[in-house]
Amino acid sequence: MSEISSSTKDTFASQQAGERPEAGPENSPQIKIDTGKTTPPPQSDPSPAKIAVRNLNFYYGKSQALKDISLDIPEKRVTAFIGPSGCGKSTLLRVFNRIYELYPGQRAEGEVTLDGRNILSKEQHVNEVRAKVGMVFQKPTPFPMSVYDNIAFGVSMYEKLSRYSMDDRVEWALKKAALWDEVKLKLRQNGTELSGGQQQRLCIARGIAVKPEVLLLDEPASALDPISTLKIEELISELKEDYTIAVVTHNMQQAARVSDYTAFLYLGELIEIGDTSNIFTKPSKKATEDYITGRYG
Amino acid sequence: MSIYFRRRLINAFNLTVSVLATLFGLFWLVWLLWTLLSNGLPWLDQRIFTEITPPPGSSGGLSNAIIGSLIMTAMGVVLGTPIGILAGTYLSEFSRASKFAPVVRFVNDILLSAPSIIIGVFIYEVMVVNMGHFSAWAGSVALALIMLPVVVRTTEDMLRLVPDSMREAAAALGAPQWKVVTMVVYRAARAGMLTGVMLGLARISGETAPLLFTALNNQFASTNLNQPIANLPVVIFQFAMSPYEDWHHLAWAGALLITFTILLLNILARILLRSRNLSN
Repeated sequence: MSEISSSTKDTFASQQAGERPEAGPENSPQIKIDTGKTTPPPQSDPSPAKIAVRNLNFYYGKSQALKDISLDIPEKRVTAFIGPSGCGKSTLLRVFNRIYELYPGQRAEGEVTLDGRNILSKEQHVNEVRAKVGMVFQKPTPFPMSVYDNIAFGVSMYEKLSRYSMDDRVEWALKKAALWDEVKLKLRQNGTELSGGQQQRLCIARGIAVKPEVLLLDEPASALDPISTLKIEELISELKEDYTIAVVTHNMQQAARVSDYTAFLYLGELIEIGDTSNIFTKPSKKATEDYITGRYG
Repeated sequence: MSIYFRRRLINAFNLTVSVLATLFGLFWLVWLLWTLLSNGLPWLDQRIFTEITPPPGSSGGLSNAIIGSLIMTAMGVVLGTPIGILAGTYLSEFSRASKFAPVVRFVNDILLSAPSIIIGVFIYEVMVVNMGHFSAWAGSVALALIMLPVVVRTTEDMLRLVPDSMREAAAALGAPQWKVVTMVVYRAARAGMLTGVMLGLARISGETAPLLFTALNNQFASTNLNQPIANLPVVIFQFAMSPYEDWHHLAWAGALLITFTILLLNILARILLRSRNLSN
């Protein structure tokens, strides 16, 4: 614990020192909002940035999908990314764990720091980033193996655990993902045989089991029914005790319900980021207001 | 005439034509199986499996040919499968941005449709001529070469059926690519890849032309891989062309044996593929 708090102090310090000179003129007012006024009212001090994005540009081949994005994702908070389809919110999320690198022709330019270290630099090993930054996708993607092995797969990549410790870890992750009671008698069953909502929580459990620091959720509930969605949302609120969470969602009510901060993206640009309650009640930009009131066109 | 009546009429016509076409295709298959059964079954007794190929006029079976075929087919599978699976994996998983991969795919497709006699002549030239004699080794390599493109193709196709979201999910956990492929993608495509191997096996177990040039034949029971070896397709060829009635009977029995073995392999492959579809 002491290690975490000291490292967060470092990032906080580096954030204050390093951010303003680097940020573009267009973005600096928003960043100011983010670091200064975005603290939720009951919070006495601002949460330091876990991930800091500076002047990020992203390209799919020749077409540019993200334009000069700069923002901070505060630690142990939920940051929601909203915007119309194709605005780049999923693309942005996919930069944070460098998953876009699976596809040749996709590239990111700029700086994304995790605890002050640039994760986009060539020296930074990609699997080290992914160990710290877990991701859950829109469609549930259980591996074609047992529920137990779905979780053990990731864990065994980093830790050599004994049979008992692995059992404990699997149970811990499934409990954390609010799935344990439903699957504790089906651990040997194939993960693909669970229901859609259970599969998605299995994927969250799988992501948590490797003990990441950040969780990226790419429309985690969009393929689920309302009850499963509610469970996922409750889960997000619980998980932010321990994890920094970035969630992309199409559903603005969902963003309002689960997030502390909300970023609005449009056509690859960051329009506005700030306190969720502020964004939804008194957005500072006209475009944001139009979008959240459904008057986009 | 109402439009609905006309649609129903067109539907009935198309249905009739397509059912007739199906029956036409099935007719020949059933006829073929019936001919094989009626000509082969009376001679399919235990001697087929216990006695070696006889001289004309005396009693015998096909045991040496069955054993020879089993040996060479097994060796063909053992040689062809790992190379085929690795090449298919390269094409599907490791060559996303490569300009070399389309070339490999194209060459593989040529190999896939190459007449098997060409493969036989090629192995004759590079192995039989250099070794100075026909051999089971040469036969096995020829069969492996025929099986290889089948396995490459089905492996690639089956791996491509695995959605990218599965690869992303595994990579997002920090798994290196080889682990993503071997532990997740292979597992998802396992039944399909096995089907590819089975289809390749079925394909080579009936090949005659390449064996004529490589393994030739052997009247005696031999398991020496450096010597010519008896095998069912060439025995059928030789016995069926002979003027002797009892050799004809053995040829029919052998043909029946091969056909139903292949049929069985194909049915098994189907069942495997179906169990895959159910589990996903």
